[in-house]
Amino acid sequence: MYLKSAYDIREKYLRKDMLPTIFCPGCGIGSALQYTLRAIDDLGLNQDEIVWVSGIGCSSRVPGFVNFDGLHTTHGRALAFATGMKLANPNLKIIAFMGDGDAAAIGGNHFIHAIRRNLDVTVILINNFTYGMTGGQVAPTALKGLKGTTAPYGQFENPFDIADLAVSAGANYVARWSVFNYLQGINSIKKALQKEGFTLVEFLSPCPVSFGRRNRMKTAPELLRWYQKITVPLAKAKKMKPEELEGKIVIGEFADRDRPGLVREYEAYKKRAKKMMGWEE
Amino acid sequence: MRYPFPVGRSDFIQGDEAIARAAILAGCRFYAGYPITPASEIFEAMALYMPLVDGVSIQMEDELASMAAIIGASWAGAKAMTATSGPGFSLMQENLGYAVMTETPVVVVDVQRGGPSTGQPTLAAQGDIMQAIWGTHGDHSLIVLSPSTVQEAFDLTIRAFNLAEKYRTPVVLLTDAEIAHMRERVYIPRPEEIELIERKLPRNEEEARLPFGDPHGDGVPPMPIFGRGYRTYVTGLTHDEYGHPKTVDAEVHERLIRRIIGKIENNKADIITYDSYELDDAEIAIISTGIVSRSAIRAVKILRERGVKAGLLKLNTIWPFDFDMIEELAERVRKIYVPEMNLGQLYHLVREGANGKAEVELIAKIGGEVHTPMEIVERVVG
Ligand SMILES: Cc1ncc(C[n+]2csc(CCOP(=O)(O)OP(=O)(O)O)c2C)c(N)n1
Ligand code: SF4
Repeated sequence: MYLKSAYDIREKYLRKDMLPTIFCPGCGIGSALQYTLRAIDDLGLNQDEIVWVSGIGCSSRVPGFVNFDGLHTTHGRALAFATGMKLANPNLKIIAFMGDGDAAAIGGNHFIHAIRRNLDVTVILINNFTYGMTGGQVAPTALKGLKGTTAPYGQFENPFDIADLAVSAGANYVARWSVFNYLQGINSIKKALQKEGFTLVEFLSPCPVSFGRRNRMKTAPELLRWYQKITVPLAKAKKMKPEELEGKIVIGEFADRDRPGLVREYEAYKKRAKKMMGWEE
Repeated sequence: MRYPFPVGRSDFIQGDEAIARAAILAGCRFYAGYPITPASEIFEAMALYMPLVDGVSIQMEDELASMAAIIGASWAGAKAMTATSGPGFSLMQENLGYAVMTETPVVVVDVQRGGPSTGQPTLAAQGDIMQAIWGTHGDHSLIVLSPSTVQEAFDLTIRAFNLAEKYRTPVVLLTDAEIAHMRERVYIPRPEEIELIERKLPRNEEEARLPFGDPHGDGVPPMPIFGRGYRTYVTGLTHDEYGHPKTVDAEVHERLIRRIIGKIENNKADIITYDSYELDDAEIAIISTGIVSRSAIRAVKILRERGVKAGLLKLNTIWPFDFDMIEELAERVRKIYVPEMNLGQLYHLVREGANGKAEVELIAKIGGEVHTPMEIVERVVG
C-alpha cells in the first residue's frame, strides 16, 4: 500500500472552512477519521455517492469536517436515519461515524436492529470507554473499575463487548483495533467499505481529556501503553483461559461473511410482492 | 403508472385506508412505522401497496427509529411518511424537532386515542392537539392539519405532502380513532386530477451552497438532495446559511429560528383553511375541529330550527393558528363555544384569539365518545 501524505488527504477531503476541529490534543478520533479517508482514497470511491451519518458526541462531529454529504442527527439514532437514506436511494454508500455511548447505550436498539436487518452501512465506531462530549461519564463499554464522573468509585456494571454483540446480531464484517494499529485499521475499513450489508470497524480510541485524566492516564502515550497492556490479538486469545482474558479486550477480525444485505433483500421482496399480486411473471 | 387500488372513482373505505391511498397518490415512496392502534391499518395498507409501486415500507424497531428513517429518506430524495398514535407520537417528538430544525419535508400522521399513557387504545380523543403543536422542545413552528371525514382525511393527506414540500417542513396530520376506523365513501382521483407540489431543488451551485439560506426571499431554501454532488452538511445544531454549526452565536440562532418560524407564520393565508356554516349572521359561534365538527354541524342546524342564530367555524388547519380571525369573529358574536374531546386544548387557542371580545366556553368530553349534537345544543340553550 502506498501512503499518501496526510497533507494530500486533508486537502482532498476536509472542509477547510470548518477547521479547526473540536477535538482535544491527543484524541484518537482524528486518526480513525484519517484511516477512513485513506481507505476511501485507496479504493477510489466516488466522493459524491458517499453520505456520512452520525449521532451526537465528539465522534459524531466528524461528518461536519469532511467534504461529503453528511447528516448529523440525534443522539444514538444515526443508524435509523441511515436505514431511510439507504432504502430511499440504494446508490448512496453510507458511512456511520459514532461513539460507544451513542451506539451501545441510547442507540443500542437501533444498533442491534440495523445489524439484524443487515443494513448496508459501514460503521466506524469510536470506543473511548466514556462519554467524551459531556465530560467523562461512564459508557456501557467501560470496563469494571474504570472511573467516570457518574461512577466516581469505579464502574460496577458489566461492559458491553460491542464487536461481540455485532457478530451475534449478524453483521457481515466486524473488526476491532486500537487507533494505534493503523495498517490493520485502514485495511479493515477498506474491507468493510467493499462489502454488502452491515460492516463494523471499532477503534479503541484515546480520550485523554475526559477519560484518561480520571483514570491516571493524562496523555495519549499513557493510553497507548495501557491499550498495549489490555489488548490481546485474536489468535493469542483463542489459546488463553477465560480467567486470563478477564479485563482484557480482544482485537482482530471477528466476522467476515457475505449474507445478503437489506437492499438486496428488499429488492427481492418487491419482486415477490409483484409476482404474488400477478403484476409480474 | 399502475396503482394497486382503483382510481378515478369512489370507494367505501376506512379513514386509515384513505390516508394510505392518498399518500401513494401524493407520491409518497417511503413509509416507516411501528404498529399501534388505531393507526396500524395505515401501516398495513402501506405494506401492501408500497412494494407494488416501487416504494419502501419498513417496520422499524420503534417510533424514534420510524421518525428518523423518514427524515433520512427525505434527504435521500423521497417523499416520506410515518403514522402513529399518542404514545408513539411522544417518542417521535425529539426527531420531529430535528425535522423542524433541518427543514426536512415529512408527513407524520397521529391517529389520536384516549390518553395519557396507554389510555384507551381503541377509543377516539383529541388530546394530542398541544402535543402536535408544542410537543418538541425549543421555539419552533410546523403545520398541523385536522380532518373531520374520511374524504377529508384523504384530501388533507395530499395537502400535507404538498405543504411539507412547499415549505420544507414536517406536517402533522392529526386525526382520531373514530375517523380512522369509520367507513365512508371517498372519491379517489386519477393522478392527473391531483395537483402536486414538489420541493424546490437548487438551480445552481450557488444556491446549493446555501441549504439553509434564503436565496429566494421567501424563507424556504432549496433542498440539496444527498447524492447529487452538492456535499451538504445537515445538523440539528444551530447552523448558519451554509449549514455550519454556530452554537454560541446569538445572532445566527435568532436568524435561523425566526426564519423557520417565519416561513410558516408569514404564509398563514396559504396554509390555513377552514369551513364555516351559517356564520354570517351568527350570534353564537361554535369552533371545533376534527370528528366533533360533525356533531357541531348538526347542532347548528337544530339550534337554527329553534330560532338560535348559531354558526360553526370548522378548523381544518390547527397550526398555524389564525388568532386575528378568531378575534374578528369574537367581535361579531355574543359567545363562542368550543366542543372538543379533551379537557380544553383548542379552547386555550380560541380564548387567546378571542382576546376578551366574547365569552368563550369549553364543552369538554373525554372517555372515548364523540359529543352528540344534543349535548352541544343543550349547553348553548342552557
Ligand atoms: C437525547 C440526548 N440525551 C443526552 C444527550 C447528551 N449527550 C451528548 S453527547 C453524549 C454522549 C457522547 O458519548 P459517546 O457517544 O461515547 O461519544 P464521544 O463523545 O465519547 O465520542 C450525551 C449523553 C443528547 N445530546 N441527547
Ligand atoms: S473529549 Fe475526549 S473524545 Fe472528545 S474530543 Fe476530547 S479527547 Fe476526543
